[in-house]
Amino acid sequence: MTDQPSGRSADSLTDRVARATPGAVVQRVRGLSDTAIAWLFISPTILLLLAINIFPLIWTVYLSFTNYRANRPGRAIDWVGTRNYERLLGNEDIWGYLQATAHFVVWTMVIQVFIGLSLALLINRNFKGASFWTTVILIPMMLSPAVVGTFWTYLYQPQTGIFSYIINLFVAVGPVDMIGSVDLAPWSIIIVDTWMWTPYIMLLCLAGLRSIPEYLYEAAEIDRANTWQKFWYITLPRIMPFLMLAVLFRGIENFKMFDMVVELTSGGPGSTTEVASINLKREAFEKWRTGYSSAFAVILFVTVFGLGNIYVKALNKVKQ
Amino acid sequence: MSLQSEHRNGPSGLSRFFRRGPWENFATFLIALGIFMLMQPFSIDLFSYSFAVILTGTVGFVIVSHFPE
Repeated sequence: MTDQPSGRSADSLTDRVARATPGAVVQRVRGLSDTAIAWLFISPTILLLLAINIFPLIWTVYLSFTNYRANRPGRAIDWVGTRNYERLLGNEDIWGYLQATAHFVVWTMVIQVFIGLSLALLINRNFKGASFWTTVILIPMMLSPAVVGTFWTYLYQPQTGIFSYIINLFVAVGPVDMIGSVDLAPWSIIIVDTWMWTPYIMLLCLAGLRSIPEYLYEAAEIDRANTWQKFWYITLPRIMPFLMLAVLFRGIENFKMFDMVVELTSGGPGSTTEVASINLKREAFEKWRTGYSSAFAVILFVTVFGLGNIYVKALNKVKQ
Repeated sequence: MSLQSEHRNGPSGLSRFFRRGPWENFATFLIALGIFMLMQPFSIDLFSYSFAVILTGTVGFVIVSHFPE
C-alpha cells in the first residue's frame, strides 16, 4: 500500500473527494466559470481583509473629522471638519513627542547601521567559528520586545543592575540611573533597541556582502587599490540598496515603536521618552479623545504609508 | 499611424512629460521633506505644514506610480 506511486494515490484522493461532494454542489460548481470559482475561493479572504483592515481605517478617517469620545457612546457625534488636525499640528506638546520619536529613530539608525555593517564585515571574513558567532549575535532579534524591555529594566537598576556596575568599572560615577534620569532615559531605549535590532541590519548587510562577486576585488587588487578604496568603490555601492532597505524597514518600525518603550520607561521621566505612539494611546484610551486621537493616528498612518512607498521603491531597486 | 510616427520621432511631448521616474523621485522628495518638517526641532510653522506636504507626496506617489516607465 505504502509503495504506491504518488500519482495514483493523488488520483484516488481526487476520486474520493469527488465522490464525497454532494450532488447539488457539483451541479452548481459545474455551471461556474474559472474566474467565478477563483472569486469564490478568494472572497472570504477579501471580506475578512475588508472587515479587519479597510473598514477600521475608513472609520478612523471618518472619526478624525468628528468630536467622538468612545467613553460616551450615547452622545451625538458632531462633524468638526479639520479642527482636530489644526489643533494637533499647532500643538507644541505633539511637536515635542514627534521630536522625541525623531531622536529615537535617528540615533538608533545611525548606531545600528555603524555596528551592523562593522559586524557584517567581520563575519564576512569567514574566520573559524563565524557561523557560531552569527547565531549568537542573532539571538536578541528573536526575543519579544516586551521580554527585552522587562529584563533590561532589571539590568538598568541603579543599585543592583549589571549596567551600572559595568559603567563603574570604567568610570567611578556611582549608581547610574538610566531610566530615572531625564538626560539618560532617551539613551536607555536607544541602547536596548540597538542591542535587539543591530543583528537584523547585520544580516541584511551580510546578504549584500555575499552577493558581491569576488572578481571585482581581484580586479581592484590588480589595479593596486588599497583596503579603503576597495571598501569605498566596491563594497559600499554594492551593499547600499540592502542598507537602504534595512534603514527604511527599521525606521518605519521604530517610528511606530510602542511595546519596548512602555516596558522600559512608560514615556517617563515626565514625558522625556513619550514617543508619538505612546501619546496616541494616552489620548485615545486614557483621555478618551477618540476624534482627536484618530486624527493623530491618520497623520502617523500617512507618514508610515509614505515611508512604505519609499521602502517598496528601494526594494524594487534591490531586485534589479 | 500615430504609433509609427511616435517610433520615428520618439515619444510624444505628453508621454515624455508623464514619465514615472522623475515624478516618482519628486514624490519621494516631498515625502522625505514632509517627514523632516514633521520631526524637526527648529520651527513650529514647518511642523504645521508637514502633514500637507506628506499627504501631497504620498497621494502623488500613488498616482505617478501608475505612469508609464
